Amino acid sequence: MILFEIKNLVKHFGGLAAVNDVSFQVEKGEIFGLIGPNGSGKTTIFNCISNYYPVTSGSISFKDQNITGMKTNKICKIGIGRTFQVVKPLGRLSVLDNVIAAAFSKVQTKQEARDVAMEILEFCGLSHRKEVIAKSLPIGERKRLEITRAMATRPELLLLDETAAGLNPTELDDAIDLIKKIRDKGVTIIIVEHIMKVIMSISDRIHAINFGQTIAEGIPKEVSNNRAVIEAYLGEEYAQG
Amino acid sequence: MKKFMPLILLIILIIFPLVIQNAYYQHLMILVFIWVAIGSGWNVIAGFTGQVSFGDAAFFGTGAYTAGLLAHHFQISAWWGMAFGGIMAMAVAFPFGWICFRLRGAYFALASLALNEVCRHIATIAEPLTQGMVGILIMPTFVSKIPYYYIAFVLAVISVVFVQVVMQSKWGYYFLSIREDQDAAESLGIDTHRYKMVSLNIAAFLTGMAGALFMNYMGFIDPEVVFSLHDISIMAILVGIVGGVGTIYGPAVGAFVMVGVHEFFRTGFFGFFKGMAALTGSDFLNVAAKYISHAHVLGFGILVVLVILYLPNGIVGDWNKLIGRFFSITKKEAAT
Repeated sequence: MILFEIKNLVKHFGGLAAVNDVSFQVEKGEIFGLIGPNGSGKTTIFNCISNYYPVTSGSISFKDQNITGMKTNKICKIGIGRTFQVVKPLGRLSVLDNVIAAAFSKVQTKQEARDVAMEILEFCGLSHRKEVIAKSLPIGERKRLEITRAMATRPELLLLDETAAGLNPTELDDAIDLIKKIRDKGVTIIIVEHIMKVIMSISDRIHAINFGQTIAEGIPKEVSNNRAVIEAYLGEEYAQG
Repeated sequence: MKKFMPLILLIILIIFPLVIQNAYYQHLMILVFIWVAIGSGWNVIAGFTGQVSFGDAAFFGTGAYTAGLLAHHFQISAWWGMAFGGIMAMAVAFPFGWICFRLRGAYFALASLALNEVCRHIATIAEPLTQGMVGILIMPTFVSKIPYYYIAFVLAVISVVFVQVVMQSKWGYYFLSIREDQDAAESLGIDTHRYKMVSLNIAAFLTGMAGALFMNYMGFIDPEVVFSLHDISIMAILVGIVGGVGTIYGPAVGAFVMVGVHEFFRTGFFGFFKGMAALTGSDFLNVAAKYISHAHVLGFGILVVLVILYLPNGIVGDWNKLIGRFFSITKKEAAT
């Protein structure tokens, strides 16, 4: 079943086409990887999905509903959660309060929100840090807080923007485990990532873009052997052999 | 002990006017209570929601004029203004917020400053309605200060309790999220525009009620008094900053300190300069006494510099630090 679809998405910044005619479909329950070299437009696609930028043309639909141009907070309410590449913790609030604030998107009373928050913190493995002020967390846990907070809004589709960047090897393994655990819970995931270890090991399908245009799509193995992808990442010379 | 502090404070404040019969001190306490309400309102929008407002006088003046005009034009008791004043202030806040919350940070602050000035000019120019600079005079209801004291007291308590309740609710969490990171807040499903409006309207309502009470209590207003930028808008900010931005009890403490400082300068260091002038017969001190009573803004400035340098989170926010410093000083003294 198609949960989420982007059709012919175009985003211009002035004369620059940051995203140029990208289309893809995401099945319910899969982990969908989005890769591409720096500046290829991955984060821009995310920002278009959650409508931080208005799209130039094209359409975005979720559960057969056209969500192009829908307000950012509405997009969260209908079930698309997201994290930010540059983490945005609610700095002066505790970790628990961060998650409670997110949990209020689906429940009304503080007690309910607190219960939801505690449950999600437990699930994401941050409950031992719940009293800590968010801005004093190390980067690994800040990234985890981003995921925790997005999960507290009870999404059906989760957009993860480079949640593994800057993590050490142990944290990386933990992050991979967490992402798999979230998938097992029935949440569909679109993940942008540079670290191939992560993206190749967890993605069901991968969509590669360069200069805002699709260059390949398929299962990880196909994509990693694709000539255009190797060319984009390593240069033309390596693509010869 | 800490748990009973608010209760003890409440009891002290309730019996205060019965023990201290001096009308001057009662007057000061009434001002403190009015400022607690205004400061709490400012704290909701600026302290908790992070949208710094330089235009609180717009709401204060609207509340005051609502009460005054009801009494002046329709012979309705100005006390009705307590309810309508808050609502009218919201009526000003609503369109203002609707348009100006597209602006962020300093630009919103500038817009609120403009709102302040626009309201003042409207009140000055619309003479048929407001009598312009002549102002509005109404007959005070009570001769004694004590009824005003208790009404102001109730308003202050309601403000503080109301803010506390709000901050424990979904709204409170949303306000704080917006303050910390507006983009993150949006991504968490928070309609930031709407909740900024909610926050501004709470602030406007509390400030408008305070304005209406001010009208009732003072019996006279003119645009320069109630729409004053430095005596109302800036003072509201100072109450918040000195007491502690983003703390529940900050505005209460801030109001007490700021009214104290204001009075300290207005009376020329509680009559110190006048006394000295009379004692020494020095003309210089006499002149100094005259000027110093107008220098309260200078005093505010010095105070703000000190607070920002040493207590950036205000008296309440840095209470533990303050206590720590005090004790370390006394310890040092004991050691030497």
